[in-house]
Amino acid sequence: MRPPHDQPTDAAILDIIAQTQSREGPLLPMLHDLQGTFGYVPQAAVPLLAQTLNISAAEVHGVLSFYHDFKGAPAGRHVIKICRAEACQAVGANDLAEATLAKLGLQWHGTTANGSVTIEPVYCLGLCACGPAAMVDGKVIGRVDTGRMAQILEEVDV
Amino acid sequence: MKIYVPLDSAAKALGADELAQAVADEANSRGLKIELIRNGSRGMVWLEPLVEVDRGTGRQAYGAVQLCDVPALLDGTLSSLGAVEDIPFFAKQTRITFARCGVIDPLNLEDYKAQGGLLGLNRALSMVEQDIIDEVTKSGLRGRGGAGFPTGIKWNTVLGAKADQKYIVCNADEGDSGTFADRMLIEGDPFCLIEGMIIAGLGVGATQGYIYLRSEYPDAMSVMNKAIKQALDVGLLGANVLGSGRIFYLEVRVGAGAYVCGEETSLLNSLEGKRGVVRAKPPLPALEGLFGKPTVVNNVLSLATVPVIFEKGAAFYKDFGIGRSRGTTALQIAGNVAHGGLFEVPFGIPLGELITDICGGTASGKPVKAVQVGGPLGAYMPPEKFDTLIGYEEFDAAGGLIGHAGVVVFDDTTDMLSMARFAMEFCAIESCGKCTPCRIGAVRGVETIDRIAAGDATAKELLTDLCDTMRDGSLCALGGFTPYPVMSALTQFPDDFVSKVEAST
Repeated sequence: MRPPHDQPTDAAILDIIAQTQSREGPLLPMLHDLQGTFGYVPQAAVPLLAQTLNISAAEVHGVLSFYHDFKGAPAGRHVIKICRAEACQAVGANDLAEATLAKLGLQWHGTTANGSVTIEPVYCLGLCACGPAAMVDGKVIGRVDTGRMAQILEEVDV
Repeated sequence: MKIYVPLDSAAKALGADELAQAVADEANSRGLKIELIRNGSRGMVWLEPLVEVDRGTGRQAYGAVQLCDVPALLDGTLSSLGAVEDIPFFAKQTRITFARCGVIDPLNLEDYKAQGGLLGLNRALSMVEQDIIDEVTKSGLRGRGGAGFPTGIKWNTVLGAKADQKYIVCNADEGDSGTFADRMLIEGDPFCLIEGMIIAGLGVGATQGYIYLRSEYPDAMSVMNKAIKQALDVGLLGANVLGSGRIFYLEVRVGAGAYVCGEETSLLNSLEGKRGVVRAKPPLPALEGLFGKPTVVNNVLSLATVPVIFEKGAAFYKDFGIGRSRGTTALQIAGNVAHGGLFEVPFGIPLGELITDICGGTASGKPVKAVQVGGPLGAYMPPEKFDTLIGYEEFDAAGGLIGHAGVVVFDDTTDMLSMARFAMEFCAIESCGKCTPCRIGAVRGVETIDRIAAGDATAKELLTDLCDTMRDGSLCALGGFTPYPVMSALTQFPDDFVSKVEAST
């Protein structure tokens, strides 16, 4: 079971939205800030963003759902992204990804039962000359083989 | 004693942060006074972390330094590669855009100025708008993002447009697999990009710039934001650029994981806070771009090449290259390659010389089966095409494209049918959904390739037909160019498209 998460209050959401309101085209910065604070973009933010920016809730939803980065629920405590792009495939990224998903019993975007790790695909981290590449909680790691991945999973306490 | 440990993402991915800490700790425990400098990368990724030590007699390089090497590094007993400039991979290059990258502390403006920084901007500040544009046009600089459109002509269109507000947008949404030059430049020489964007602003009369940077590059984001803050603090950016009375503000905007936002119109929509769907052209972004205003959209490398054109003159830059491909290109060699990294060289080098002589072939030691040039939308080239010269028209004639100059090497264990399938799968995942050939074609493409794999040889004709439709009917390069990797795989490597079922009958 994933631990239930507290829903942020409207006031907390509005506080964050207000910080970038004066910028040009502020919706993406707002969504990034919300996700940065809460780990996901709460559904309650949709009408509040719509009201603030004088656009429809459907438009906000459209933007939110377009981009791969924005999540509707919190991810695991640690997020491991494995590069699936061609340069990493050329040095064994597919085998690494398959082995990792199989070991954890997950599909892409899945989270382990104890809520510790979410595995996501990423299409290029710009580490194409030292692949297979991965990113663990924002930290880049190159030349990841199954041994290195086992070490990473141990460090994040799967 | 100065010790340089790169802060570049590729170096970090191979342990540079831990190494820098270990160097500082070891020096501290010995009571040794060192100056630890976090420089950009020199671009030789297979040697990262590449540490340089200057004991007062010039910088000496040490390759792939591990934590256990730190005592020997400080003792001076670790085996050195000599000066970076003497390493063959580096010595064969012509560093123009990347001249400072890896040499200086990227966040030290004094270092930047000491290496020619701001000379170009100071010259541009003394020129009128049309002269600035003409200088860029004369240099022959073309868009380094992939399309290869002449930068000066684009700027001239924006200059000619009348509006109360114009924008300079830097496309740093470097999503192509096998490319990392934009990231390396931003992490290694961010002031160079700032300077190029200010010059663009002076040229076309724009006062606001945005750098659209992909979210997969958190380290580049951090370096760029620090550089912009410094530039504002010292008056390089702001209401009075270097005391000239000219205005230029700059802000980083972060993408959100959509590959298609590297396409300029979709990028503009994203910057405006909308879904990153592609816009039909015309109107050109140069006339109706960000928020409907005239906008220059240029790649990081195009803008970062502008300062040196103004520092050394258009003729200096134009003298490099072949045909209509002038100046240098920052080739990024990646994938299954022995010596991968960034190799800046004048246009005109043969592909095979790059792969075999300079980069030493595959990392696995097996024969090269194919190289994909130009990212996920680039063609797979077999070794038979290794005599193709790196140039826009030269690659076009060979059925490929140089794109953002990423070169991904594959050895002979690669199954080209799988790579073609991946190209379609990637297009389906990343399609913005606006046009039918891309949105639906990519999904049908995956299914059709699966049919070929299952032994249905007639599906090859269907795939060819589908690729024609996608190429001719898509709104942008995502759907329009996905046929390049697919069709090049099908035509150049037909054996991989004979299924096991078919082969056994």
